[in-house]
Amino acid sequence: MSKKTKPIEKDEVVIRFSGDSGDGMQLTGTLFSDTAALYGNDLSTFPDYPAEIRAPQGSVGGVSGFTVHMGHSEINTPGDYADVLIAMNPAAIKANVRWIKPGSTIIYDINNFTEKNIEKAGYKADPIKEEKLEDYNNIAAPISNMVKEALKDLGLDPKTILRTKNMFALGMVYWLFDRKLSYTEDYCDKKFKNKPEVAKANKIALRAGYYYAETIEALSPVRINPAPIAKGKYRNINGNMATAWGFLAAAEKAGLKLFIGSYPITPATGILEELAARKDLGVKSFQAEDEIAGICTAIGASFAGYLAVTSTSGPGLALKSEAIGLAVMTELPLVIVNVQRGGPSTGLPTKTEQADLMQVLFGRNGESPVVVIAASTPSDCFHFAFEAARIALEHMTPVLLLTDGFIANGSEPWKIPDLYDLPNIYPPFAEKEDGPFLPFKRDAKRLARSWAIPGTPGLEHRIGGLEKTIKGTVSYIPENHEDMVNIRAEKVERVVEKIPDMKVYGEESGDLLVVGWGGSYGHLITSVRELQTEGHKVSLANFNYIKPFPKNVRDVFQKFSKILVCELNLGQFADYLRMNYQEFTYEQLNKVQGVPFTVTEIKEKCIKLLEGM
Amino acid sequence: MAETTVTQYTSKDFKSDQEVRWCPGCGDHAVLSSVQKALTELGIPKEKFAFISGIGCSSRFPYYMNTYGFHGIHGRASAIASGVKIANPELSVWQITGDGDALAIGGNHFIHVVRRNIDINIILFNNEIYGLTKGQYSPTSSKGLVTKTSPFGTIEEPFSVGELVIGAKGKFFARTIDANISLSTQIYIEAAKHKGTSVIEVLQNCVIFNDGIHDVVADKEVREERTIVLKHGEPMIFGKGNDKGLILDGLKLKVVRLGENGITENSLLVHDATEPNPGIQYMLANMRYPEYPVALGVIRAMTGPTYETAVEDQIKEVQKTARIKSMEDLMNSGSVWEVE
Repeated sequence: MSKKTKPIEKDEVVIRFSGDSGDGMQLTGTLFSDTAALYGNDLSTFPDYPAEIRAPQGSVGGVSGFTVHMGHSEINTPGDYADVLIAMNPAAIKANVRWIKPGSTIIYDINNFTEKNIEKAGYKADPIKEEKLEDYNNIAAPISNMVKEALKDLGLDPKTILRTKNMFALGMVYWLFDRKLSYTEDYCDKKFKNKPEVAKANKIALRAGYYYAETIEALSPVRINPAPIAKGKYRNINGNMATAWGFLAAAEKAGLKLFIGSYPITPATGILEELAARKDLGVKSFQAEDEIAGICTAIGASFAGYLAVTSTSGPGLALKSEAIGLAVMTELPLVIVNVQRGGPSTGLPTKTEQADLMQVLFGRNGESPVVVIAASTPSDCFHFAFEAARIALEHMTPVLLLTDGFIANGSEPWKIPDLYDLPNIYPPFAEKEDGPFLPFKRDAKRLARSWAIPGTPGLEHRIGGLEKTIKGTVSYIPENHEDMVNIRAEKVERVVEKIPDMKVYGEESGDLLVVGWGGSYGHLITSVRELQTEGHKVSLANFNYIKPFPKNVRDVFQKFSKILVCELNLGQFADYLRMNYQEFTYEQLNKVQGVPFTVTEIKEKCIKLLEGM
Repeated sequence: MAETTVTQYTSKDFKSDQEVRWCPGCGDHAVLSSVQKALTELGIPKEKFAFISGIGCSSRFPYYMNTYGFHGIHGRASAIASGVKIANPELSVWQITGDGDALAIGGNHFIHVVRRNIDINIILFNNEIYGLTKGQYSPTSSKGLVTKTSPFGTIEEPFSVGELVIGAKGKFFARTIDANISLSTQIYIEAAKHKGTSVIEVLQNCVIFNDGIHDVVADKEVREERTIVLKHGEPMIFGKGNDKGLILDGLKLKVVRLGENGITENSLLVHDATEPNPGIQYMLANMRYPEYPVALGVIRAMTGPTYETAVEDQIKEVQKTARIKSMEDLMNSGSVWEVE
C-alpha cells in the first residue's frame, strides 16, 4: 500500500452493498461497518434482504442489500440515498437505482453483466444506459475475472473462487475510504480456521480488490474522520441482540433466572437465537411448537418464578392474544416482544412497519390493559427491554415491547453500559402471613399483587383465566368483576409514577413539534436537527412509553403551534393521541411502504406546514 | 431447622376450601378422590405440587386441590405445564385435561409435550363429549354419535388416545375407569413415579350429556369380562374367575379360554410395559370390545431422558467450558473498542 492520492475529507457517506442473496452482501456490509466503527466513525446500518432464502439467481426479487451510513458526526439513520453503490449484478442496479444520489459512484461487476443477467433484471441492453446513469461515476470492474485470475494457483474449485467476489469488492471500498484491511483479514482467519486455503483465497481477493482500486485511479479516495463520541468501551449491536441482552441484564438485576418461550418468525427470531446461545448464562430457552405454546410456556415459567419473555412479530402476536389476556387476568410478570413487520397477514415479512400499535393496545377480548413500550434505536432496545422487564416484575403485569424490523436488524455502535448504573429490580415476592394466602391482595401504591412461587410452603393458591375475588375464588358477582376490571386498569396507569417524563429534542416551545414513536426516531431526529440548523423552530418528541403515557405530554404539546405525527402506518398513534389528548390538532405524515421514512420527505412535510403559518 | 421428613398427609390435606361444583353423579368426583389419595402416598411435600388445567368441566380440578394450581385457557395446559416444569424441575406437575381440551384445540401441544418427554403427569378425562358447552361431539366420540352439532350422527373417525400417545413417541400410557378408585389410585402413583410424560386416559362418565357411554365395558356387572387389567411381568389374564387370556396369533392378539385347546396360563402373553418396541403395547391400547377386552392399567412405561433434565444438563455442560460467565463478560466479548 505504497502510493496514495491525498484523500478528500467528507463528513458522512452512505454505501450500499448489493447483490444476489447468495453473494454474501450481508457479511460484506457487516465487515465494512465493523471496520468503520473500530476506526471511530459513528454509523448506522440497515440490512435489506428478500424473504426468499434463495430467490431465483439474478432476479430483482433476489437482491440482498446492506447499507452503511458512516460519519464524522452523529449518525442516526442508515441514510436515504447512497453515495456509493456496489452492484454485483444487473438486478442490483434495478433494485437500487431509486436509492442512489445523482452522480454517485457505482462499482459493478462487469463480468456479471451478461446478456442473460441483463435480461433477468428486466433490461434490454446496458442497464447503465437504460437507467441514464452514464454521467455517474461508473466503475465497471471485471470482479469475477479478476478473482479467477488472482486465485488460479490455489487449486480451488471455481465455485469457491467466485464466492470471494464480495471480498474483492470490499477491498475496493476499503481503498476508496482509506481503511485498513487487518480487521477483515483477522475475520477470515478465524472464520475459516479449519479451511486455511479458503481463508487465504478470501484474503488474496480482498487485497486484489484493494490494489485494483488503487491501480485504476478511477476513484478519488475519501476520508471520513472519526466522530467525536463519548469516552468508553464500544461495540456494534443490532436491535434483536440488544433486546436479548436487556433481558439478561434485567434477570441479573432481579436475581432471577431467564426463560424465553418463542417460535421462529421473521424478523424476531434473532432474539430467540441469541438467548438460545446463552446457556453460558443459564438461560432456559424453549423453541415451542407454535406461537401460542411460546407464550404459554413463558406464562408457566413466570408462574414458577422466572423472568419470562416471549418474542414474535405481528402475525405471531395475533396468535398470542388470548394468552396475553390470561397473563393480564392472572397478573403475572411477562414481557412480550413484537418486532413489527409489514402487515396484515403474512404481509412483508422482511420489511419494516409500525402498524401493530392498535393491535398491541386493544387487540384482545375484554378490558385487557397491558403496559406498552417502544424502543427507538438498535442499541436502545437494550434499555427498553430492561425497562419492560423491570415494569413487568415490579408491577406484576404483562408488558408489550415494540420494536420493528428496521431497528431489530439495523446496527449501530453502542457504548457498553456499566451494570452498576442499572437499577436493581425488586419483584413483590409473597411472604408467609397468618391466615390463608390471598393471591390478589395488593400493595397500596402500585396495586401489584404479590408473587407466590410454587414450592414455597404455606402459599399454595390457585389462579386462572376466570374472574376471581381477592382470595382467588372464582366469582361472577357483578360488582367484583367491575372492581377487578378497574383495579387492573388502574394498576397499569400507576406505572406512570415509575417512568420518566417525555423528552423534547430542541427548544421546549416553537412553531412545530414533530411527534413520533419507536423506531422512526433516527429519521425524525436527523430531520429535526437539520431543520433547526436551517433556522426553523422545530422540536421533536419521540414516544417510548405509550401506555401509560408519561405525565408531561400535555405540557409538552401545548407549547407548540402545530403538531405533526409521523409514523409508518395510516395514523394509529395520531388517533390514539386524539383519544387521549383531544384538545390538540394533529397533522399527520404517514407511510406504509415497508421502508423507513426518508429525511427528505419528513423535512418536506415540515417545511410545508411551517410555510403555511 | 429444615424439615427432613415429609408430613404424612391424608386426602383431606389436599382438599381446598372450594365447594366442588361438578354435577352430582359426574365421574370427576371419583377422579378427584383417587388423585387426592394417590398424593398421600408419594412422600412429596404439598407445596411441591402444581396442578395445571385447560378449559372444560374437568379443568376446574385445580380449584379443588389445596396445592399450587393454574386454570389456564382452552387447549394450552400442556404448554403452561411445560413452562412450569422446565422452570422448576423439582415440582410435581400434573395436567388436568379432557378429550376436547387435549385432543382438539390442544392437540398440537399434547403431541409435542409427549414427544419431548417432559416429566408431567397428564390425566385425560375422556367422556367422548363436550360437557361444559352442553353436548357437542369431541375428537373421541364414536363415529355416528348423535349430538347437538351432529344431529344426523358424526361422520369422522375418533382418535384413540393410546394410539396417539404411542404415535407421538410417548413413553407412558395407562388407562383406568373413573369409578375404579383403587386401580386409579395405583395408576396415579405409578404415573407420578415415572420420569417423563405420563398420560393416563380415564374412561369418565358425563352423567348429563353422554351418560353411560363407557358402560358397555365399565359397568361393574360386566367389567371383569370385558376389560383386562394389565400388570407388568404378569400373564394377560381376565374374566370372571380368570378364565380368559390373550395370546399372539400370527401378528394379531387373540382372546383364548384357559383349558381349551391345551391353553394354560403359561401359553399367555406376559405383559412387558417397559419394552421399548411399542408393537404389542399398541395392539393392547387399541383393543376394543366386543372383539377384545378393553385394556386397563399401565400399558406402556418405558424410561428415557426427560426434557427438563436435558435442559439443565446442557446448561451445566456449556458452563463447564464457557468463557462468558456474567453479563459483564458477554458485553465485553467479541469486537469491542475503546474510545479515549
